[in-house]
Amino acid sequence: MRKVYVDVTLKQDKYGTIVPLTVTWEDGHRFDIDRVLDVRRAASTKVGGAGVRYTVRILGRETYLFDDGERWFVEAKDGF
Amino acid sequence: MERVILHSDLNACYASIECMLNPALKNKPVAVAGSVENRHGIILAKSQQAKECGVKTGEPVWQAKGKCHDLIVVEPHFDEYIKYSSMVRDIYRRYTDLIEPFGLDEAWLDVTGSQRLFGNGYEIAENIRETVRYELGLTVSIGVSFNKVFAKLGSDLKKPDAVTVITRDEFKEKLWKLPASEMIGVGRSTSEKLKKFGIHTIGDLANCDRDWITKQLGKCGTELWTFANGSDTSRVKPDGYRTPIKSIGHGITCSADLVDATEVWRVFLSLSQDVHRRLTGYRLKACGVQITVKDCNLFSRQFQKKLEIPTRSASEIAKAAIDLFNANYSWNYDVRAVTVRAIDLIESDAPAQLDFFTDTSKHEKMQKIDDTVLELRRRFGKNAIFNACLMQEEKIPHGNPEESVMPMRMFR
Repeated sequence: MRKVYVDVTLKQDKYGTIVPLTVTWEDGHRFDIDRVLDVRRAASTKVGGAGVRYTVRILGRETYLFDDGERWFVEAKDGF
Repeated sequence: MERVILHSDLNACYASIECMLNPALKNKPVAVAGSVENRHGIILAKSQQAKECGVKTGEPVWQAKGKCHDLIVVEPHFDEYIKYSSMVRDIYRRYTDLIEPFGLDEAWLDVTGSQRLFGNGYEIAENIRETVRYELGLTVSIGVSFNKVFAKLGSDLKKPDAVTVITRDEFKEKLWKLPASEMIGVGRSTSEKLKKFGIHTIGDLANCDRDWITKQLGKCGTELWTFANGSDTSRVKPDGYRTPIKSIGHGITCSADLVDATEVWRVFLSLSQDVHRRLTGYRLKACGVQITVKDCNLFSRQFQKKLEIPTRSASEIAKAAIDLFNANYSWNYDVRAVTVRAIDLIESDAPAQLDFFTDTSKHEKMQKIDDTVLELRRRFGKNAIFNACLMQEEKIPHGNPEESVMPMRMFR
């Protein structure tokens, strides 16, 4: 697995809550996030680093999206 | 009510943060070491695997590589260590506001008042341990006891990722057999002294006569005796408490040895500018200046003097430093490392005694110039303005000079 920093578009509501809406892959592909299933602080045991972990559903698949405070990254399975 | 004190220690802090950030390093012998080119090439921290090969903190990289051929040496990333250490502290803060940091990787927590909300000391410690592991991927070992000294000893008993409870009933059995040098407050020289008296373990120390040990070691003896008997009552200082600053200093190991006084002057000047910046930040001025000079044989000496007029000005501090140096250093060897320290600090607006013979207008002018330079640097960057003599200085390594705040003695 590789750590891949990604572009994200976020929505911040009037209460300050942040919701990620789309993720843009390194090759420029943009994916809509269908749903955010869970938000918690966690470490990435697979690619290293820690921060706020969003469990999101993209195209029917569950994946993690991390906000390490400075940037956003995903745990990329090669060939995804 | 019996106090419940936790001492939490981030295991092999620098090395585990490096391994957490780069999982390829996990379960391998890893050491964090300063850059060999800048002559900081000593081991700062090592992973469990490196420790098993006999790698020690503080030894040179070449020596460590001799013991452990496949040792992976990584450069330190202090900004990451500070970031993760403060994230660990955020986790502590969920349980109590009485958190006293001891260096970057250790802290005492007083959870006496948190037990009705979060369970007893052991349960809180277990929660903290699991949370740090889950949220940050780091491991802590925690000691739970009724005073700070035993909590610290407890956190050293089982490592890594473990909780050790020391109660009033079992401390004699669990701790008195440990060597006296394990206890906080017993450094290398005290340990040697104690050995001469036949005191080897914490139990030996606890069982000796209090008046006798006070006679031998002074006030420190009484303190150690109290610690060993579990009667330490020092409190955990609340989160955000800052011990009063006693001195502000900057030091560097130069990238090549300094061979004459002109070179030393440049380094002093550069260091004094950082001292000036911090003095201004804390609104303090110095009544004295102290320098430490280490020669190329690693032999170091310290000199200090009083200033006629208290100051925060970089040029005046540097001037005092070079005067001290010229008056005391005999130039038998070239100079490897120097430190400039502002001592006897007072508030910057504190009144000062003047005399008839010193021209204070000159002093005020100097201070104004230095303050202006500082302000220019703050607004436009460090390279916006600097002394011409520092233009081609190649012996001052880039990056931050050593600026860490060392833990104070805990029982103050």
